[in-house]
Amino acid sequence: MSNVTQNSDPLIIAGKEYRSRLLVGTGKYKDIDETASAIAASGAEIVTVAVRRTNMGQNPGEPNILDVLTPDRYTILPNTAGCYDAETAIRTCRLARELLDGHNLVKLEVLGDEKTLFPDVIATLKAAEVLVKDGFDVMVYTNDDPIVARELEAIGCLVIMPLAAPIGSGLGIRNPLNIRTIVENAKVPVLVDAGVGTASDAAVAMELGCDGVLMNTAIAAAKHPVLMASAMRKAIEAGREAFLAGRMPAKRFASASSPIEGLFF
Amino acid sequence: MKIVLNGSPQEIADGTLVSELVEALALGGQRFAVEINAELIPRSRFAEHRLNHDDKVEIIQAVGGG
Repeated sequence: MSNVTQNSDPLIIAGKEYRSRLLVGTGKYKDIDETASAIAASGAEIVTVAVRRTNMGQNPGEPNILDVLTPDRYTILPNTAGCYDAETAIRTCRLARELLDGHNLVKLEVLGDEKTLFPDVIATLKAAEVLVKDGFDVMVYTNDDPIVARELEAIGCLVIMPLAAPIGSGLGIRNPLNIRTIVENAKVPVLVDAGVGTASDAAVAMELGCDGVLMNTAIAAAKHPVLMASAMRKAIEAGREAFLAGRMPAKRFASASSPIEGLFF
Repeated sequence: MKIVLNGSPQEIADGTLVSELVEALALGGQRFAVEINAELIPRSRFAEHRLNHDDKVEIIQAVGGG
């Protein structure tokens, strides 16, 4: 059943179909082996990476993340993490495109503040406009504001990714009604990006109608990352199926499940 | 002449090409991209782009991140 649902219900991003609705980051793991095992257990087909200075022989022989998570097996989603203005975010995207032989898909995030890592939405809008004009397929990290989400979609962003809670906080979905409003308004996929803490948070995001969830710390900082990756995979599938199934209306009082008729006492 | 390579000052021969710098750094076979003075230099131009004194060169790669 799960396979039937997955096969007939792909997530489509930039014209490509994905069976998995779980997207994962590759940071904060103990080592590259743990990264690879957790990502394999998550079933993710899209993985985010950061763009940083090349190590100039300080750690010779250290494997590169793209040697382990190869672009022929995974869709690599370079991010602009660490950028606090539009200009550095745009530079980072152009470097990433060169690094990945012209691959246009990027995760745009322009941060506003080190303490909260909340997005600077004004700079994000500016950067998104430039990147879309420059031919990038932009998946954009934003706050849970439906108006900003609408503007980012109007600019031409391919995927809108509101936060559930601050990056790395594991606080879960702080504002489910806003997430639902963003989903209802959008004609493009909406993914919750950041703030998920455990499997139930991921399921809630999917039950709200999100098209997927992007997470990193919830898996990497779990006591057993590989097991949590597997839990997240199931939570995403369960939440998606529950959304498609349509939940029963909640009622204040009980409604017996066994018939009243035929009682013999 | 002096350049700044990934934030560190570096002494290189006058008129060094980007392709020569990349070769000297033994980056062959790795995935990386090069920026000079905040301007992307496509791989196709490595063999013709000469470095200038005081150029700020960034060589970047993908790393784990979320």
